Amino acid sequence: MTQIYQAKIYVTLRPSVLDPAGTAVQTGLKQLGNDNIGSIRIGKYIELTLVADDESTASQQVDRMCDQLLANPVIENYRFDLQLMPTVVAGEDPR
Amino acid sequence: MKFGVLIFPGSNCDRDVALVTRDLLKQPTRMVWHQETDLSDLDVVIIPGGFSYGDYLRCGAISRFSPAMQATLTHAQQGKLVLGICNGFQVLTESGMLPGALVRNRELHFICDRLSIRVERTDLPWTQAYQPQQVITLPIAHGEGCYYADQTTLKALQANRQILFRYCNSSGEIDTVSNPNGSVENIAGICNLQGNVVGMMPHPERASDPTLGYTDGLQLFQGLLASSAVQQAAVA
Repeated sequence: MTQIYQAKIYVTLRPSVLDPAGTAVQTGLKQLGNDNIGSIRIGKYIELTLVADDESTASQQVDRMCDQLLANPVIENYRFDLQLMPTVVAGEDPR
Repeated sequence: MKFGVLIFPGSNCDRDVALVTRDLLKQPTRMVWHQETDLSDLDVVIIPGGFSYGDYLRCGAISRFSPAMQATLTHAQQGKLVLGICNGFQVLTESGMLPGALVRNRELHFICDRLSIRVERTDLPWTQAYQPQQVITLPIAHGEGCYYADQTTLKALQANRQILFRYCNSSGEIDTVSNPNGSVENIAGICNLQGNVVGMMPHPERASDPTLGYTDGLQLFQGLLASSAVQQAAVA
């Protein structure tokens, strides 16, 4: 039986890659009086839904898509959470 | 020597390149739309500067999956020449045809400037018209031109002499002050292991027409033509 899954994907710069945008935001926050701010790293957050037979299949596919396009493994790391979405059974009133 | 210039939605230096190869050098030049699949008639594929696919996700990330880029990969695997300029360099690193990546400039600014560049290697068709360690002046115009490679990749680049161009001062010294964007080792351009694929952030096509005031970029294209003439003579 196919299911709908939602993937929440987090793409972050690898620790060895400088993040000048993060440094700029850190400066801005400090200027606002947030003297207790430590390091800031800016990343990307992607949400997508997909239809798959089971969680393992969905997970493999999301992992492949991250590796191929959504993240660049040369400079970025990624992780994701998968969530099973409620599905509407045919004929049932969705209300 | 037949040139092809790829055009993606958002490319904006394609006609500058064609002006050099077609108008200045009188070489057959074909504009190649990103949906094209057959590049077998071309000797050199040039991926121009610009903002292909709006730089969405990452610069060059989407372009790499276009049919024309798949054909460019085949072209390169046959040992034929590929040049990526600026956004073209980003496309080549994203596609894995060149190692490393190009990330946001160290100071975050978009930089539009003309800079001193040192030619590190002159035994390739791309650079043979230059003198070893020659200091040339080329323009740059980019926001994401900071070349990054991890230590292992960097060591391999050095060991295999894959670094072609480096940012330097006017006397040719490589120093931090002359590094516009934070690139590791002041790298401005590299080639693949075989030397047939080159990526560079500076724009040689914008320094080729004498009316623009400086022509240090033209020698790159002239070097290509000279190498092609030598090859043809060898075949004949």
